[in-house]
Amino acid sequence: MKTNGGSALIKALELEGVDVIFGLPGGAILPVYDPIIDSPIRHILVRHEQGAGHMAEGYAHATGRPGVAMVTSGPAATNIITPLADAYMDSVPMVVITGQVGTAGIGTDAFQEVDTVGITRSVTKHNELVTNAADIPRIVREAFHIATTGRPGPVLIDIPKDLVDPMNPNSALDWYWPDSVDLPGYNPRLEGDPKLIRDAAQLIIAAERPVIYAGGGILKARAAGSLLALAELLDIPVVTTLMARGTVPDDHPLCLGMPGMHGNYTAVTAMQESDLLIALGSRFDDRVTGKIDAFASKAKIVHVDIDPAELGKVRRPDVGITGDCRLVIDELILALKQIGAPEIQPDRSAWKSTISGWQEKYPLSYVQSEVGDLLKPQFVLEQLRDNTPDDCIVASGVGQHQMWTAQYWKFNHPYTWINSGGLGTMGFAVPAAIGAKVGRPDRMVWAVDGDGCFQMTAQELVTAAAERIPVKIAILNNAYLGMVRQWQEMFYQERYSEVYLSPDLPDYKMWAEAMGCVGMRVESPEDVLPAIQRANEVDDRPVVIDFRTDAREKVFPMVPAGKSNSDIVVGPEDVR
Amino acid sequence: MSTPMRHHLLSVLVENKPGVLARVSGLFARRGFNIFSLAVAPTDDPTRSRITIVVDVDSAPLEQITKQLDKLINVLQIDELAPADAVERELMIVTVMVTPETRSELLSLTEEYRGAVLDEAGDRITVSLGGTPEALDGFTAQMGTAVAAYQRTGRIALPRIV
Repeated sequence: MKTNGGSALIKALELEGVDVIFGLPGGAILPVYDPIIDSPIRHILVRHEQGAGHMAEGYAHATGRPGVAMVTSGPAATNIITPLADAYMDSVPMVVITGQVGTAGIGTDAFQEVDTVGITRSVTKHNELVTNAADIPRIVREAFHIATTGRPGPVLIDIPKDLVDPMNPNSALDWYWPDSVDLPGYNPRLEGDPKLIRDAAQLIIAAERPVIYAGGGILKARAAGSLLALAELLDIPVVTTLMARGTVPDDHPLCLGMPGMHGNYTAVTAMQESDLLIALGSRFDDRVTGKIDAFASKAKIVHVDIDPAELGKVRRPDVGITGDCRLVIDELILALKQIGAPEIQPDRSAWKSTISGWQEKYPLSYVQSEVGDLLKPQFVLEQLRDNTPDDCIVASGVGQHQMWTAQYWKFNHPYTWINSGGLGTMGFAVPAAIGAKVGRPDRMVWAVDGDGCFQMTAQELVTAAAERIPVKIAILNNAYLGMVRQWQEMFYQERYSEVYLSPDLPDYKMWAEAMGCVGMRVESPEDVLPAIQRANEVDDRPVVIDFRTDAREKVFPMVPAGKSNSDIVVGPEDVR
Repeated sequence: MSTPMRHHLLSVLVENKPGVLARVSGLFARRGFNIFSLAVAPTDDPTRSRITIVVDVDSAPLEQITKQLDKLINVLQIDELAPADAVERELMIVTVMVTPETRSELLSLTEEYRGAVLDEAGDRITVSLGGTPEALDGFTAQMGTAVAAYQRTGRIALPRIV
């Protein structure tokens, strides 16, 4: 069948099961926007290309399916670099299609030309400049395969205009759809080495103070069920990193919650004091380990990751297993049972009581505000947590509000927490929440955002209002770039430099209403719950609540940057 | 210019496609490793190229760089060649300033190295030499300040036949 590159691209996306594209048209991608009119694929017209990328990420986080974004060349391609980098850091499956100037114009500094594959090389799992229209079906097939298998990640396809423009003979091709992909240099290893799995089982069954260190790879491998089975088999406590919140339910007795720079005392200290860390789909990120030389120095390491480059990158494992977390954990459970688990194992009652002692002594805490004072952000989060469905999806931006949400929310289901972990992208929350709601329209979706973050990407609420995507945004408005303020207070002698934003400029309620959303402002504790309840009832447009919160509130516990996790500062009374 | 212990030889088989060299060299730059020398050309299979890289790095980061290289979709195979297990060659063309007295000395040395005279004018002669990198180092050392300019290809290598 004779076709053209543009129609072939859309047909290929349909065959890959794509149901939604987040995008914004422009000159070079224009011919591809014509066949979209006749396609069953839903297109969501964003207001800024960065929004398209983060929406695709939010969609992927919530559904496990690859998010798809499509934008034009030049400035559109550069605008989507931040989401690509974000997806690369957090292993989010995403396919981004960019228009490019015509093949004859490449390299001539043509209008809206940038070297997109050159610029995005280090922030994509793979990228490809299409040079022949006949390659389009194959390249699309390969892109989805690469994005979704092995360690997932973003793949970019850059397509010159003449290859998709039916008026141009360069766009002609005979349609085909490859049965399989042929990528001789790409063979992710899924099955763990049986001998290494037996070695790991021996270390686990002998450990007296083991801790499972669960990372975002558990979610990517759909391994939450296997993880819980492993933890329960030997009664091993689990810390769930920022990227793994919800993999083991927070209300499960074995869940110790979040470790790291703003992790709770028990999660941080259990890792420090353990004699065996079982790292599953986690990567010893500096925000988890603190000063690496002082991290869990008594612990042996079992490390399972689908990316062999993660094994030994930061900490050399005693047993390092390359493989898919779900397959390896299932094999590990079998291996443990073969050597007598759960009957044969050391008495770990002392370890368990040590842990519960820490939990009792060092719970998360804050002091409720006095009448007439600004809201405590933690109080707002407790109210949100307790007055939304158990399977509510929560997205956040980056900063204090993100850490408080990760700490105070109860994540009882996988795929309910969406945030920017590795790259730390301010402005992630609003578009990511929109993408999540598009992917999971059956779920309630809240974004918890900071006032600084909100101002970076708020324009996408226009997209959400126009498309009737009823996300709900809680702005914890402390009128500051709060996390920077916290560091300036603690480490720069309270010399506040360029962190004040004002609570009233912009007027968030009016801004929300101008964007077609319901806007509310809440200043006192008794108004928090009614506002949340009112927001929960709105199902035809987005809602924005401007919660006026106390700027003096800091995120605790905290391991100061560069310090050992043993130097954890539990609360304000601990500071110096 | 002998090879210090920190020099490692990587033989990287890649798909012969546009941009692959940029992917490989970009990865070294991004991870902060210095490429000491690099040679690239198609192999007997025209869809494949072999990149021979001499990299200046300790062995622990080398493991990380080879694992990261292996993640590139267009990289097919990576072999780290220990000098004892590889045959290495490098090509050099060198322009030497000569006097009537030193001219014959250069020509006989070139013959000794099984090189060839490529060009000659006035007091300058350009010769080509192939050999082990160490042999080429020896030649330029022997010529000393008479060397006006030289260009080396970077080393190429294959595993020894066992």
